[in-house]
Amino acid sequence: MRSEANESRGRAPLSLRLATLGVILFLHVPMAIIFLYAFTTDDATFSFPPPGLTVDWFGVAVHRPDVWQALLLSLRVALIATLAALGLGTLAATAVYRSKFFGREAISFLLLLPLALPGIVSGIALRSAIGMADFPFGFWTIVIGHATFCIVVVYNNVLARYRRTGRSQVEASMDLGADPLQTFRYVILPAIGTALLAGGMLAFALSFDEIVVTTFTAGHEETLPIWMFSQLTKPRQRPVTNVVAVFVIVLTAIPIFLANRLTQGGSE
Amino acid sequence: MSPTRPARDRDSQGPEERPVLLRIASFLYLRPSLVLALLLGPPLVWMIVVYLGSLVFLLIQSFFSLDPFTGQVIRVLTLATYKDLWTPANLDIFFRTATMAAVVTVTTAVLAFPLAYFMARYASTRLKTVLYLAVLLPLWSSYLVRVYAWRLILAKEGILNWFIQQLDLTRVLDLLLRAPVIGGPSLSVSFLGMFIVFVYVWLPYMILPVQAALERVPRSLLEASGDLGARPGQTLRHVTLPLAFPGVIAGSIFTFSLTLGDFVVPYSLGNSSFFIGQAVLSLTGTAFNIPLAAAFTVVPMGIMAFYLVGARTLGAFDAL
Repeated sequence: MRSEANESRGRAPLSLRLATLGVILFLHVPMAIIFLYAFTTDDATFSFPPPGLTVDWFGVAVHRPDVWQALLLSLRVALIATLAALGLGTLAATAVYRSKFFGREAISFLLLLPLALPGIVSGIALRSAIGMADFPFGFWTIVIGHATFCIVVVYNNVLARYRRTGRSQVEASMDLGADPLQTFRYVILPAIGTALLAGGMLAFALSFDEIVVTTFTAGHEETLPIWMFSQLTKPRQRPVTNVVAVFVIVLTAIPIFLANRLTQGGSE
Repeated sequence: MSPTRPARDRDSQGPEERPVLLRIASFLYLRPSLVLALLLGPPLVWMIVVYLGSLVFLLIQSFFSLDPFTGQVIRVLTLATYKDLWTPANLDIFFRTATMAAVVTVTTAVLAFPLAYFMARYASTRLKTVLYLAVLLPLWSSYLVRVYAWRLILAKEGILNWFIQQLDLTRVLDLLLRAPVIGGPSLSVSFLGMFIVFVYVWLPYMILPVQAALERVPRSLLEASGDLGARPGQTLRHVTLPLAFPGVIAGSIFTFSLTLGDFVVPYSLGNSSFFIGQAVLSLTGTAFNIPLAAAFTVVPMGIMAFYLVGARTLGAFDAL
């Protein structure tokens, strides 16, 4: 951001570099260990070092219908919740960016609330309200919960992009004779397109991974995080859980990478 | 336009159709408040009806009570449920959870600072991008998987104990585990283990706001401090740290709130002493005492409301 600052950057003290390295290792070594355990031959305990290595568990995991069911449900929920969040988040960001109105500051606060409040609060609130409305718990109630806390992710991304683009391009487009539709199609949409994509992918990752609110709104449905949680407490075949964990790590890493590329870092 | 019209015709309809859309667009362009209502309506209705509505409903339910004989909810406003909440056992739960949240928050702040400082002050643009991604990846990646990883690591036959054995430190670990409160039969069933996992899963939420705050500290200010004779340590203490503080507060909103509301970590690594999340889950699940569960959540809601208002006055929202 500040290019002149880069020139005067000195070398960090050794202690600071070591501390940085330590924190980064702390954040990433545990993930690497899951990868190792996905190949262990030990199927009853978590013994280290693994007695042997095998790739058999990947085959076993692929043939487990409960894993597939949970995975597909999670993907469907994440897709619909992301679409809802995209629509609602973009609308809110557009409104906040282009107009000044009473309570504008409160909008960000309201949208952030589902992420800022403890998950159990949102979870049980939605659960008791949905139960009161006599709405059957299942797919759609999970989607409602997820969409609610995904909106802010899209909102933040789109609003940050609006602020970076500035109003002058839109004004220039109108001055040059474009009508509002053309301006939207050829100026606004290309400007926020990647922000939408990035926000959407982060919302997807967030929904795909959520468990606390989901536990309260899922009824008897089992999303992948709920499946994993049940394996945490009563494991059936530990290595299968390891394999699924590896799969989840890879699957969520992809949208995060892409979203980061699209926003070129730092708009979130 | 009727759907039966062939596609070729539709193209020639273009010029005629445009004015209609255009008229709508122009109509709206002249009425900014209508546009605002249309833009703001759907998200606002969603958040207010679905979310705030549920929260208010939850609050109301905490003033209902449960008939002790039939197990039915009595819909009369009363403070009886709050009286049930006020038992030593429940107060223990609040105290335990809030203490854990506070300790976790302070620890994440301490761990986050060096990395954030390095990123903001010393890292080249390239390295900064890499580090940024290295923090972002765990933040967004599956939280459950990350908790699960520690089950593997902390297990009695797992990797951490293996290292401790290799380093001949088993006695030190045993001593730690025998300590009251934080100890337990093994690392995978103890507050100590739970604490490590909480710090691990919420650390990225602290790093990013602190880094953003440090990034905004103008270099000229640091130079001015140095020019006026401050030693690097003094500059760090009296200039950098105070300016990074809003970032710490912003991060603490997440680390504190997430710890308060979590039940996954206590369930997978805890013992029989409950945390708020577990209590609420068991009250809604097995005991089916929704009023008491609602009253339970009012406490973290109150703590967080207090916290958020405080954070706002400290300017933490600019650092988010």
